[in-house]
Amino acid sequence: MQREGSALHGLGVVILKELSDHLTSVRMRVLEWLVVLFALAALYGAIQQIRETTAEDPFLFLKLFTTAREPLPFTFVSFLTILVPLVAIGMGFDAVNGEHNRRTLSRILSQPIYRDALLFGKFLAGLFTLSVSLLALWLLVIGLGLFLLGLPPSGEELARAFIFLFVTIAYAGVWLALAMLCSIIFRSAATAALVALGLWLFLTLIWPALAPAIVIAFAPSSDEETLILAAQYLARLSPSNLFGEVVLALLNPTTRTLGPVYLSQLQGAVLGAPMPLGESLIIAWPQIVGLVAGTILLFVGGYVIFQRQEVRA
Amino acid sequence: MSTNNVIEAQGLTKRYNGVAVVKGISFSVARGEIFGLLGPNGAGKTTTILMLLGLSDISDGQARVLGHDPVREPLAVKRRVGYLPDQVGFYDNLSASDNLRYTARLMGLERDERERRIASSLDHVGLADVADRPVDTFSRGMRQRLGLAEILMKEAQIAVLDEPTSGLDPQATAELLQIIRNLKNRNVSVLLSSHLLDRVQSICDRVALFNEGNIALLGTVAELGRQVLGIGYYVDVEAEGQGVAEKLKAVPGVKSVESVGTNHARIYAERDVRSDAAAAIVGNGGKLLRLSVETPSLDQIYNKYFENVSGGRYAA
Repeated sequence: MQREGSALHGLGVVILKELSDHLTSVRMRVLEWLVVLFALAALYGAIQQIRETTAEDPFLFLKLFTTAREPLPFTFVSFLTILVPLVAIGMGFDAVNGEHNRRTLSRILSQPIYRDALLFGKFLAGLFTLSVSLLALWLLVIGLGLFLLGLPPSGEELARAFIFLFVTIAYAGVWLALAMLCSIIFRSAATAALVALGLWLFLTLIWPALAPAIVIAFAPSSDEETLILAAQYLARLSPSNLFGEVVLALLNPTTRTLGPVYLSQLQGAVLGAPMPLGESLIIAWPQIVGLVAGTILLFVGGYVIFQRQEVRA
Repeated sequence: MSTNNVIEAQGLTKRYNGVAVVKGISFSVARGEIFGLLGPNGAGKTTTILMLLGLSDISDGQARVLGHDPVREPLAVKRRVGYLPDQVGFYDNLSASDNLRYTARLMGLERDERERRIASSLDHVGLADVADRPVDTFSRGMRQRLGLAEILMKEAQIAVLDEPTSGLDPQATAELLQIIRNLKNRNVSVLLSSHLLDRVQSICDRVALFNEGNIALLGTVAELGRQVLGIGYYVDVEAEGQGVAEKLKAVPGVKSVESVGTNHARIYAERDVRSDAAAAIVGNGGKLLRLSVETPSLDQIYNKYFENVSGGRYAA
């Protein structure tokens, strides 16, 4: 059945309203400070470590993101892996059920807009807020790196760092879409937040450890290569895992493969030699696409449920 | 389909998981009319409203709102119809005028027009003084009035009000009903639902009495009184004279006469019999002291009707 008018009529209005809500909310400010402080701590550690080791590394600048101050394991990237989902969930868990509970939903939907505009607007505003925060953080890291290392990044380093920024936004998108899905399914904001956080803990901490166990328990084959590959594929259901692999390929240019290394791949290879940016991108491409596809899938799931939901409280 | 009707529903049905909650109801609302949907909670009033607004799918039957189909042309309907939901909510952190500004933008109003309409509608509902206060400081009555301000701002041709007076104190109710009457004076049709009957009675032109997803009764309050109680009017008479009661009983249309006190009688009648009753008393040499008419209250009709239904005598 054809509906009259554009489904996205009023989208801009919703985005602006949601953006101003996000940017002025206390919750957002707390989360941002949390991210900035943790990131600065990690960055400071990395700079200390880099200064001490002073290795001959053509990609020294990228080490800012991936180096930890020994003996602590906390790198800038590992902080992002943990905190970005937290911020995204914090922004999305009451997106739709909040409107229900404030009893504003039916009033807003009785204005001449479709539900599509409301949901798209909320998602895009959330993603935009996350992007702005991450971009600011990224610039902060680059600037501090310049300032404290006294070393300008090369063009390729900047390009890799920029793609890393994009992937981080896609990673945030997955969790935002997941949190919004929870906010659509569960009428109570507390339930939605708990379920989203539970999924986050499960996928980030438990799933990578659980995947090999599941494979060993259920795989019919005892071939070691099959087992390893199966475990790896299974572990990739976790967005954190995908993000980790992309980061590895992008920020560590010597990474040649994200799976098991075959002898044929080592033939003629100069071990420790960096890959060109294009090759690194190709290695991480399936993971990047996976993150974007995960975002879209979760959003579409929420969209379908929201369209069929009754508006009455 | 009459062009004078702004809302027409034909066999409107809503089923949730195969269970019908609205069972093929038909009614129409004329331009400038205040139409009441009355009935107990869960009788299907809100569901009916949501279907008319295109906010809920219609399982069967069809509806026309200002000539538009709410299923196929929801935007056209929602542009012209203002809706005040049950226990309306606003963004508590925003001021009253900012809340209206957001919906005005969603309506697509231009800046100057927007500000003009916000100011005049807030003024109309008496919220101009608190326009810049955050809504979380507002009482329930103020929120309801803000909701009506939104409908005024929209310059809607139909106002749909779901339980507009529930939970309000008597004064807030009176203020709200006055604003609703003003809507009618602006030639806005009003469709309102309520389970608070006596208040609604005073402003509704016609009512539909809901019972378990059906419209059990439909018409003016006097018509319903005739249908259910067998009477449309009460006439209170105070008169001095001989055999007043007998004379009154003989007046056509009078069902019965009940003596309430000395020289005081109450007439139950099918129609407004005041002039005939006065003629009968005065013509008999009596002295007419007071004559007043009342329609039976919706409460009485409602209670009597549901008594009948539960007594099994009324096949609904």
